[in-house]
Amino acid sequence: MSIWNRHKIFETNSLVLIVGILLVVAIGGLVEITPLFYLKSTIEVVDGVRPYTPLELTGRNIYVREGCYLCHSQMIRPLRDEVERYGHYSLAAESMYDHPFQWGSKRTGPDLARVGGKYSDDWHVTHLKNPRSIVPQSVMPGYSFLARTEVDASRLPDHLRTSRIVGVPYTDDEIANAVADLKTQTDPDSADVAAFTKRYPKAVVRNFDGQPGNPTELDALIAYLQMLGTLVDFKLYNEKANLR
Amino acid sequence: MNQALNSKRITLGEGGLTVVFALTALLCVYAAINALDSAFAFHTALGAAVSFWAVFAIITRYRGRSALPPQEIDGRPNYNFGPVKFCSFMAMFWGIAGFTVGLLIASQLAFPALNFDLQWTSFGRLRPLHTSAVVFAFGGNVLLATSFYVVQKTSRARLAGDLAPWVVAIGYNFFILIAGTGYLLGVTQSKEYAEPEWYSDLLLTVVWVTYLLVFLATLMKRKEPHIFVANWFYLAFIITIAVLHLGNNPAVPVSFLGSKSYIAWGGVQDAMFQWWYGHNAVGFFLTAGFLAIMYYFIPKRAERPIYSYRLSIIHFWALIFLYIWAGPHHLHYTALPDWTQTLGMTFSIMLWMPSWGGMINGLMTLSGAWDKLRTDPVLRMMVVSVAFYGMSTFEGPMMSIKVVNSLSHYTDWTIGHVHSGALGWVGFVSFGALYCLVPWVWNRKQLYSLRLVNWHFWIATLGIVLYISAMWVSGILQGLMWRAYTSLGFLEYSFIETVEAMHPFYIIRAAGGGLFLIGSLIMAYNLWMTVRVGETSEAQPRVALQAAE
Repeated sequence: MSIWNRHKIFETNSLVLIVGILLVVAIGGLVEITPLFYLKSTIEVVDGVRPYTPLELTGRNIYVREGCYLCHSQMIRPLRDEVERYGHYSLAAESMYDHPFQWGSKRTGPDLARVGGKYSDDWHVTHLKNPRSIVPQSVMPGYSFLARTEVDASRLPDHLRTSRIVGVPYTDDEIANAVADLKTQTDPDSADVAAFTKRYPKAVVRNFDGQPGNPTELDALIAYLQMLGTLVDFKLYNEKANLR
Repeated sequence: MNQALNSKRITLGEGGLTVVFALTALLCVYAAINALDSAFAFHTALGAAVSFWAVFAIITRYRGRSALPPQEIDGRPNYNFGPVKFCSFMAMFWGIAGFTVGLLIASQLAFPALNFDLQWTSFGRLRPLHTSAVVFAFGGNVLLATSFYVVQKTSRARLAGDLAPWVVAIGYNFFILIAGTGYLLGVTQSKEYAEPEWYSDLLLTVVWVTYLLVFLATLMKRKEPHIFVANWFYLAFIITIAVLHLGNNPAVPVSFLGSKSYIAWGGVQDAMFQWWYGHNAVGFFLTAGFLAIMYYFIPKRAERPIYSYRLSIIHFWALIFLYIWAGPHHLHYTALPDWTQTLGMTFSIMLWMPSWGGMINGLMTLSGAWDKLRTDPVLRMMVVSVAFYGMSTFEGPMMSIKVVNSLSHYTDWTIGHVHSGALGWVGFVSFGALYCLVPWVWNRKQLYSLRLVNWHFWIATLGIVLYISAMWVSGILQGLMWRAYTSLGFLEYSFIETVEAMHPFYIIRAAGGGLFLIGSLIMAYNLWMTVRVGETSEAQPRVALQAAE
């Protein structure tokens, strides 16, 4: 019996064909994905990486909502020009608390993986409201509506709790203080700043949008942008320990 | 004909679905009243409206019908073309909508004032609307229409199920509506090509499983001993898309009364799941599904048998085995481990072979009938689509090579590559299939005008050429500018200088997209006139006995 005749079993039996298809398409995915859950370089925790503060998480959700990733990557490749333009190449650990990841696939605008601290809050406020007022050749949409929208803080504990279910290690303390922490991060005069920065080391406390009153979506987005890539101290980071 | 005289009884499907839709409607009303955000309230209200309509429609249909349509009439299968017609119409509708949004966002990149600084019209929200409208709405409806047609014809059996095919056809388009309006309202997971939120994903899962069951049940009652090759590809497409959808989208909603969820995977694992999904959405949705169209419609239109049956066996298994590995080439030089990237690259290069095997099988089917390319613009459209398939499946493996990718990644080259596949291959093979299908299912002798098909072909081809060559130049230019150094060892260009350099190419690209859109409008007119004024092909009494649509 020639090999071509053996194929007949697939051609004459739809269930056998389905099982064949399932087996054949399962292999590649299993081999490539499963090891990522136990290999050292993909699950290692690097010093400094921490879950997002409530305000940063809110800002990140705005980033996700507006589809910023369609034009901005957050993944610096270990190529000379990228490292010189954007900073140290991105580590897996730096996006370990990202649900979803926002590495992106297109740079219509520049990479944002280490945009934190690169520009002032004022710059971001002006730029987000009208990008062309600062960069005349920019093709970015304006996001002036963010400054007019207050953050709805009431559901924040649920957001942190849900994040914990999918693997972000928020503590009970952090969940209980989520609503208060959101306000504290935009109010440098608050008495709770010390407790807040203890919960979230390296978190920056500022009135990001420069407006008085409750935190706006602009506050949240800028807080997120200003922390991107700032958590790992690369003077102390040992890349040999994390070969990939 | 005896069946027609049977006493009328409510079927299990009618009764069951009425109950299911009634419960769904109540659930949706409850969710709409208690929704935590306005988008979720809007979507659940839509869900309630459609579910109530479904209950009403099922009951009205039951009261109006005599018996169920028979499986066969005078020994010939009584094909169910209702869902095929519906999906063909929706494909054309979504196609024009998707191309229009594409033209708008292409113009936004050249003239940012077109974002209007409103949240609902900004590029970030419209771009997923464009991709979903063309890939899932246009492409998906073409696949539903053709698969429902091909599986019936090649099995010589009526489509399985009475209401089930309609649940698939209408349910799928309702999913598109929910997903698309969601993007505009800011409801998105921001995972590329998997943007719909958890509740849309659940809806799609139900629809898709129903689709698989309808397709499979039709195959199982086939009168032919062999399963026709196109159906292997349809089956691989349906099953694998189900696997990919379930693998990439597990999420935990913040509340069951709100739209926001957090995806189960994070960071590098999410990245790998995403591109395992993303690349195989291309591989199985945009390739395997449309190869099925190639394997049925080109031989049918050319009136020649498939070139090589053995090649199609090799093509099939090699393609579906190799494709699934190729995802990591979207993550070259990222924090994904090197070995995974290299594996992805290796399989991407190997994938070139089955891809070209399929192309050869499609093209060589014309041997002995090449002269038809001169006289039949519909066949020409499909053959050119296979040529574009060959071109982009050569370009893809090339771009997956890591050194090439270090230049091409993050640039417009990727966009150009996608569109040579999407406009040239998927677009043209879909247009060709619809040009065949509409006269067949509406029982027309021929298309309203072959000259208009010819115009469509040339206008759209010119559009594609403008589009992809503009993106090649802009992509390679930007990639080279990013890595250019001065003689003193400094980066030569600031980022914004590379943005500025893109401007003329973005205008050319928008012009190309505009031509493609004009072509599709010509097509819509042509198909509309075919249905409206076309001559009926022959008296076929069985048509009149089909289920009312």
